Amino acid sequence: MIRILRQIIRTGIITEPLTPSPEDEITRTGRALEEVIRRRFRRSLTIRQVDAGSCNGCELEIHAINNSYYNCERFGIHFTASPRFADMLLVTGPVTHNMEIALKRTYDATPPPKLVVAVGDCGFNGGIFGESYASLGGIDKVIPVDVIVRGCPPTPMALLNGILAAVDGNKV
Amino acid sequence: MTMLGDALIAALGTDARFEPGQCPSSVICCTVSREKFAEAARAMKKSYALLAAEWAVDESAFGRGFSVYACYRWGREYLIVRSGLPADDPQFPSITKRYLPAYRFERQMHSLMGVVPAGHPDLRPWIKFEDWPRDVYPLRKSFDPSKPMQRIKGEYQWSRAEGEGVYEIPVGPVHAGIIEPGHFRFQAVGEMVINLEERLGYVHKGIEKRFEALSWKDGARLAGRVSGDTTVAHGIAYCIALESMTGCSVPLRAHWIRALLLERERIANHLGDIGAICNDAAFAFMLYQLSRLRELLLRTNHRLFGHRLTMDRVIPGGVSVDIDVSGRAEIQAELAEISRDFEKLVTVYDESSSLEDRVRDTGVLKPEKARELCVVGIVARASGMNLDCRIFNPFPPYDEYDRLELDVPVKVTGDVHARAWVRVEEVRESIRIIRYILENMPEGPISTECGLPSPEATGFSAVEGWRGEIIYWLQAGPKGEINRCMVRDPSSVNWLGLEQAIPGNIVPDFPLCNKSFNQSYSGHDL
Repeated sequence: MIRILRQIIRTGIITEPLTPSPEDEITRTGRALEEVIRRRFRRSLTIRQVDAGSCNGCELEIHAINNSYYNCERFGIHFTASPRFADMLLVTGPVTHNMEIALKRTYDATPPPKLVVAVGDCGFNGGIFGESYASLGGIDKVIPVDVIVRGCPPTPMALLNGILAAVDGNKV
Repeated sequence: MTMLGDALIAALGTDARFEPGQCPSSVICCTVSREKFAEAARAMKKSYALLAAEWAVDESAFGRGFSVYACYRWGREYLIVRSGLPADDPQFPSITKRYLPAYRFERQMHSLMGVVPAGHPDLRPWIKFEDWPRDVYPLRKSFDPSKPMQRIKGEYQWSRAEGEGVYEIPVGPVHAGIIEPGHFRFQAVGEMVINLEERLGYVHKGIEKRFEALSWKDGARLAGRVSGDTTVAHGIAYCIALESMTGCSVPLRAHWIRALLLERERIANHLGDIGAICNDAAFAFMLYQLSRLRELLLRTNHRLFGHRLTMDRVIPGGVSVDIDVSGRAEIQAELAEISRDFEKLVTVYDESSSLEDRVRDTGVLKPEKARELCVVGIVARASGMNLDCRIFNPFPPYDEYDRLELDVPVKVTGDVHARAWVRVEEVRESIRIIRYILENMPEGPISTECGLPSPEATGFSAVEGWRGEIIYWLQAGPKGEINRCMVRDPSSVNWLGLEQAIPGNIVPDFPLCNKSFNQSYSGHDL
């Protein structure tokens, strides 16, 4: 136990004003996020992540916004296990033929009003997988999308900005 | 001749024809008539070879029917057995009875290529869902992939368990966490699982078919996205296979930088995995600490190589990034910090009795079972199999055995702890290798022009990604284009290992066991 405590104290709080990209970017985005989330979602924005056929690269970066550097929970962002509690769907992948129905059902299970953020180049237009018998070529082919976060995969910072854009009502 | 080659000749005599043209020349390709396909498997089994992959190719572009291939591995040797099938009767004897992993390979070949493994015990479609039209075979040349598919009515036949108190828990495809989709169906009595059936294919993006529409150069980008967490290893595997076909001689420095990226990818994923395993045993401290170390690594990647996961940095003919003196110093400083904190955390892991209680004797994959299933990578090494392509099929600098002294950790208990501990030791080893690479990296160019393969050339590669052995098999068409790109991610075989490790465990331990395997859905479904 003493080791655990020592490691915790030694590590300290590493949650950032993020280097290296423009100073304080994360706090600025974060503060804006916090403000909007407080106003519109009573301090808590609940996200359901749906993988609709990604290569799992985007999932790694979505995991990263939960790590102690980005620490998205401090802005009131939580990931939930069920779409029924979700305010927002964070969807990755080009939407495979085999995931189409599951994605539609998840969308239908999410209570309105709901936001959809499409993540990654393949969430935008299928990316390198394109449109084919197995890949539908973009989230908006299946469900309405509010904001698209480009990148392959998008950085954690880009993801936070995308979430901010969506809760702030910016359509992209 | 090699051990496996000799065994095949001893069993089949002149029925086995050794064909030149397979690249690299260290891999033997041997054609047998389709009647002898299963006999060849028997001969291989008798020589203790493991089945590495099995796949089918539509060779109508060469004026032939179909071909089925089975790739066997024994130590350093890879031997590919090929049988031609006529287009109007694409049947061949199933080898599932000899080799368990063929069970899924053959279901997949049957579903996507429409070749029929005679004698296969279970020909339910795999990856092809029940709502696909029956006569759709995407990997055939006659199939037009650009059109969207219709849906038909159909129902998947699940295996059933009946009896008093037996109930069923369906899970997925959309899971509770931030993970990929797949369906698991448990039959349980009380808390104990008596059977687990996986059903994968939800993230089938048509990758193998997609390759055939791309140029060789763009193929490397697609290979980097077969499984995003293994982007470097897949990139290297694709490029090595391609380079072997074109006779391209990659500069030594490029190989070393590839190895550097490969080991960094291994560390990043292992750190994340060890943390996630602990987190699934309700020890969140480790997850947050280790994901901190992982983030440090990814940020250095971003600064030095311009991408957090170093996607697209491996290109045919070499690499697209170099490293200078300051970059070297930066990595050394970063490794010093990671290594120091990592060791502290390993001590915490090791001394936590409540964690030990969860991870020991949970999700056991016995060594004999692991061998039977021909699993690879971490899963194999945690179950007593000493397999590592960095030793058995090395590219520089791994071929400097005596100087690098690569240590392959092997555990025999096959439980969650063994799989976590193999990762721990591999992180240490990878840190050591990176330091060696930084100190000894040769100077020189980082890439060279990689030509195009000649028609009908075939290339093969096996690379040890962080999950395990990745195999690529490429075939050039009559005009030198990509005729077939077979991808075998470690997940294609290791998912079977999970299915076999679960019965006898309690339902709440499933996430823990699953995390300790951490197989790729995307790499499996393609």
